Amino acid sequence: MSEETSEIKLTVNGDLITKIVNVRQHLVDFLRLELGLTGSHLGCEHGICGACSVWVDGLVVRGCLMLAVQADGGDVTTIEGLTETGEIADLQKNFVDRNALQCGFCTPGMLMTLAELLRKSELSSREEIREHISGNYCRCTGYHAIVDAVETTISDRLGDS
Amino acid sequence: MLLNEYGEDGQILAGGQSLMPTLNMRLSNPQLLIDINHLHELNSITLDDNIVRIGALARHSELALSPIIDMYLPLIADAIPHVAHIAVRNRGTFGGSVALADPAAELPACVLALGGTVVLQSVKGIRKVKADDYFLGLYETERKPNELLIEVQIPVQDLTGLWAFVELSQRKGDYAIAGLAFIGTSEKQFIKTAKLVYFGSEIKPTLAKKTMAILINTRWDDNTRKLIAETLGRDLDPMTNLQGSAKMKLHLQKVLTNRAIDLALKREKPSR
Repeated sequence: MSEETSEIKLTVNGDLITKIVNVRQHLVDFLRLELGLTGSHLGCEHGICGACSVWVDGLVVRGCLMLAVQADGGDVTTIEGLTETGEIADLQKNFVDRNALQCGFCTPGMLMTLAELLRKSELSSREEIREHISGNYCRCTGYHAIVDAVETTISDRLGDS
Repeated sequence: MLLNEYGEDGQILAGGQSLMPTLNMRLSNPQLLIDINHLHELNSITLDDNIVRIGALARHSELALSPIIDMYLPLIADAIPHVAHIAVRNRGTFGGSVALADPAAELPACVLALGGTVVLQSVKGIRKVKADDYFLGLYETERKPNELLIEVQIPVQDLTGLWAFVELSQRKGDYAIAGLAFIGTSEKQFIKTAKLVYFGSEIKPTLAKKTMAILINTRWDDNTRKLIAETLGRDLDPMTNLQGSAKMKLHLQKVLTNRAIDLALKREKPSR
């Protein structure tokens, strides 16, 4: 197993960070183990479950399918950073109100993915919402309540604007 | 240079949406990973003299948003939503998909159906390979270990022609069980030419030549449908895998062929 390391400089949740990382470490292990940002979860580790979803340069990606060294020079946002901005506070409240989570394992990934949909600020059908989160697995709540929460958030936002 | 030195021991890392899982699962063990993501000259999508040039690093989500793809390669525009999920499309690349040649992948089938050309570069220079000669077998292509796929060139679609992209998967974004890319021409619901490329069921994107021959200058009626159902089994040699048995896949490809041609004829432009 390679122990080769490399120095990376990147922005994580707005903070400029310089770290020496193992070149073989993927982004989510880096965020969790090196930075203590444990909101991004590691489920399947091969890009299927979506629990590790984070933003890199403003787009949602699989955190397990990218090496930490590849984020060098990049701008990473995790659920901790996104929560702090308040951008999806309404969606998070609607998740709680509608009971759109039980164990919560998938929730950070769901929220990171859904935030990209909400940024489009246009009306989405339930079908489109389901399509958007088709790469995020929930194994306990089921998707119905999640879609409800998203639908409410979108209609509230459009109603307010 | 590095590719030339390391050959098969060096692996190119583009979007990583197929390679990274194999590394995480310890299924592949390259000596050297060559990350090409900083080669920004490889991520453009341009129209050049009726040829759409898609750089190897163009992400699937960039193709989905590209007005050039939308306008000149509607087959690919229709295929992109079938490629995995949003987070994978944001990172996965067109070149990576064509270089890997996964038998269940959508884009290799499109490149073959559209008569594309794969551009390969090594220290010796640039080599262009027609899609017909590029896909050789299961994950096997004409690309040599010292070559980097830099671009795919695809002639613009005949916009008066027919096209359809159809796919079946167990859940949205899963690996295809069966699917096909259809390109053709027609006049007043009369099929003039047809090109059928099947994926998911075969070891590589596969042209159904016998079935295509039946469709030349044919009315799309019950008799033709029946003939096609009989012939397709001689063109295809489906493989049994986790997505289904060979028998089921052949059946599904017949169903999809009907759907594809129905769909394509439904959008036939009225003749002038």
